[in-house]
Amino acid sequence: MSANAMNAVQELVRGSGNTAGVGPEVALIEVVDLHKYYEMGDTRVHALRGIRLEIRRGEFVAIMGASGSGKSTFMNLMGCLDKPSAGTYLLEGTNVADLSRVELAHIRNERVGFVFQGFNLLSRTTALENVELPLIYARIRARERRRLAQEALLKVGLGERIHHVPSQLSGGQQQRVAIARSLVNRPSILLADEPTGNLDSRTSVEIMQVFQELNERESLTIILVTHEPDIAEYGKRIITFRDGQIVKDQPVLKRRIASEMLANMPPVED
Amino acid sequence: MVFLFTIIRVALKALGLNKMRSILTMLGIIIGVSAVIAMVSIGQGAQATISEQIASAGSNMLFVTAGSYNRGGVRSGAGTSSSLTVEDYQAIARDCPAVRLASPMVRTGAPVVFGNENWSTNIQGVNTNFLAIKLWEMDTGTFFTEQDVSSAQRVCVIGRTVANNLFVGQDPVGQEIRIRNSPWRVIGILKAKGQSGMGQDQDDTIIAPYTTVQKKLLGITYINAIMVSAVSQAATGVAESQMNDILMQRHHIASMEDADFQVRNLSDMAELANNSNQVMTLLLASLAFVSLIVGGIGVMNIMLVSVTERTREIGIRMAVGATGGDVQFQFLTEAVVLAVFGGILGVACGVVGSKLISDSLGWPTLVSSPAIGMAFSFAGAIGIAAGWYPALKASRLDPIEALRYE
Repeated sequence: MSANAMNAVQELVRGSGNTAGVGPEVALIEVVDLHKYYEMGDTRVHALRGIRLEIRRGEFVAIMGASGSGKSTFMNLMGCLDKPSAGTYLLEGTNVADLSRVELAHIRNERVGFVFQGFNLLSRTTALENVELPLIYARIRARERRRLAQEALLKVGLGERIHHVPSQLSGGQQQRVAIARSLVNRPSILLADEPTGNLDSRTSVEIMQVFQELNERESLTIILVTHEPDIAEYGKRIITFRDGQIVKDQPVLKRRIASEMLANMPPVED
Repeated sequence: MVFLFTIIRVALKALGLNKMRSILTMLGIIIGVSAVIAMVSIGQGAQATISEQIASAGSNMLFVTAGSYNRGGVRSGAGTSSSLTVEDYQAIARDCPAVRLASPMVRTGAPVVFGNENWSTNIQGVNTNFLAIKLWEMDTGTFFTEQDVSSAQRVCVIGRTVANNLFVGQDPVGQEIRIRNSPWRVIGILKAKGQSGMGQDQDDTIIAPYTTVQKKLLGITYINAIMVSAVSQAATGVAESQMNDILMQRHHIASMEDADFQVRNLSDMAELANNSNQVMTLLLASLAFVSLIVGGIGVMNIMLVSVTERTREIGIRMAVGATGGDVQFQFLTEAVVLAVFGGILGVACGVVGSKLISDSLGWPTLVSSPAIGMAFSFAGAIGIAAGWYPALKASRLDPIEALRYE
């Protein structure tokens, strides 16, 4: 198949993601026998040892595991920040292992949204400009960038304070900006690495509410890495890593609903 | 294009966040560029003055001076020896077909007094051919006549500088001035001629009949020099050899090495001055260029620091989709913006500096657009050269490690 035809097919697949009645048989992510080694001086660290996994469009997957279990490495691979040492990773049918650095950058720009534990916003740059960042690299015009960024900020419940810089925003607000930035390019997957790690419990639930809404309303596929079991239960499926392998992969039976949790929480005392 | 504008805006913002650092970094480029422009302007100003000088002095002009000044320091001091005589001048005027006009010349310096004012200037004794040889004209009054020369009258014409300094608010023509306690009548003022190629004020002079200067001022019978105008510029070489022949014969000299006189061609002298001036300009300009390169190293240094400091920012940009090329372009743009801004300010400083130099030191300067263009584009090139390596370094960062960087 030519590259153009390939793109066209991917476009079709991606385009259909927003319409109702998506066939659940379409795998968004397909991972087969994935390995990752790191050379650390003389020793070789085997971070991922043969991962096999399939994630469909619209899923909300929580990945759990102790530190060193390989979940962060897996996340970096899913986000195309890194390439596997062996095995295949198909993102919407594209084998990431075959791609160049530049192509990986394009995939990160167009198909992947990142949310980090430490927010990773540009300091001394307004919320709006932070959200515009991926659009700059997508070569979108300034006016359109602004419109899309405002739209994304509204979606995460941050209509105000968009001209404030990160240091003037609370942790929860900063994480909302980061989520807006990850959404602004309409990615196929949203990857969140310990997104509530730096937040208090109420704010954490608020952020989970944002994720759940995005997952429900936009049928956005979300992969969430966390080591807190109660946070993981906001997802629909929990995958547990240990020593570079998947040891458990099961649906969440008693799912937490963030809006209900918030309603039962005591109001903020300030 | 959209991307370029955006990246330039990002670069301006990044530089604006570290104003002090950006200004100090730019300072290197500013100093370099303005030094290049000032140095080249001084050189070109001097050169233009020399060229003008050749044209205005008359390129047909030749000088015979007594003594020889290139004998390894044994007999130096052109014009100080007494070997040239009025008869030598007469022989040249009579027997050299390639010589159109000739004039003897005696020179001295003396304080000149008028009323309460006094002024030290140089006095040149010549004959009536002087104006025609020097391509000079009278401003007011008249030049002295053959009669004045033959009867050694105490008359003189004065240069504009002398007129301005001695006669404040008075017409000098017809006034009497005192030179070494004897009265001289001013009969005319020469047109202003300006500086010579060597930076001398040509208007700071008094011209008088050579006979009068010889007898009444110096008490000598010899002359210091003979000034000559050849029939054409092409004939200056012929005139030179004819004069050499006649003077060697008259002075009984067998070979040129023993000559007690020296024939000099004005355009040769101008060329010599021009050459040494060019060497000087080149030297100064290369020193200035060195400072520009040092400025470039400053830019590179700061860009390297900036890349290290902003490793996390680079990681974030890469995570949201910036390619290595995008990151490289961003840092390169920052370096070029620094250098180009420095270049613009440097051009401004250089032009103003040249003006200040010519105003305060009285050196002629000529700010030429090629010099500006050269310095400016060199600044831009230095920006690219200095930014290249840091930008490349930034582009090669691993996004995961960059994101983890504290």
